[in-house]
Amino acid sequence: MIQAFAFYLFSALVILSGLLTITARNPVHSVLWLIMAFFNAAGLMLLVGAEFIAMLLVIVYVGAVAVLFLFVVMMLDIDFAELRAGFTRYLGIGVLLAVVLSAEMFIAFGAWSAGGIEMGARVAPTPDLPNIQAVGALLYTRYLYIFEAAGLVLLVAMIGAIVLTHRTRTGLRPQNVADQVARRPEEAVRLVHQPVGEGIEL
Amino acid sequence: MIGLHHYLIVSAILFVLGVLGILLNRKNVIIILMAIELILLSVNLNLVAFSAYLGDLVGQVFAMFVLTVAAGEAAIGLAILVIYFRGRGTIAVDDVNRMKG
Repeated sequence: MIQAFAFYLFSALVILSGLLTITARNPVHSVLWLIMAFFNAAGLMLLVGAEFIAMLLVIVYVGAVAVLFLFVVMMLDIDFAELRAGFTRYLGIGVLLAVVLSAEMFIAFGAWSAGGIEMGARVAPTPDLPNIQAVGALLYTRYLYIFEAAGLVLLVAMIGAIVLTHRTRTGLRPQNVADQVARRPEEAVRLVHQPVGEGIEL
Repeated sequence: MIGLHHYLIVSAILFVLGVLGILLNRKNVIIILMAIELILLSVNLNLVAFSAYLGDLVGQVFAMFVLTVAAGEAAIGLAILVIYFRGRGTIAVDDVNRMKG
């Protein structure tokens, strides 16, 4: 009972926040609604017992990706009113496409429940272990190479983002450490025996 | 217990919302990237739901890989957005074909 209530609460909120993400006027609000959608999707995943993926969703999406979006939206000075100009232009065809697409998917679900598709043998039946332990045991044995490839994808993404946004600016006078270290007292300090009553030589 | 179809319908609606978001905000590339994140979220939801209801753990492992690719895609997309904005002063992408050459 409480599970059904939680499911309907989370799913209603995830759909509502998804809708507000794509229709909000202010992109900052869009990002905040996206964060809300991620939290509720994590709740939906918790309900079926996928604790690891749910926590990963909160950490990776909310903690990193959504904050990155927020950072970019706030850093760039963009005229968002101008960008919204064509919003209603594609509204009709967009809603039509959405209705057709969702109808197709609902029909597909109906066909699937009718038993038209033969399910193959399961690759990794859920063992009687905690979820994180089971996922880890699978990840570090059978899917070890794909796991490392995923790390490689992240590395390439990191290097790519740095290479793309890095720029060498001209006209700057940055600190030159070698010059500072090579400087000797003889060329920097002059000791003067200043007689009384005479002007100073600069 | 909630059935698998409930999860599939929620995920389908989320997917369609993502597609609709791409269509509606054709100029604002930030919202387009967010709509792509919504689509990938619905895919993850589908993978996890099938994994739970078929008793097969592989779906959750692959949901993690989808998450990885989504994070990389967001990072690269936003980096491209930043350099595009630096060069043009706007992020309207309906005349983005001027970038070539």
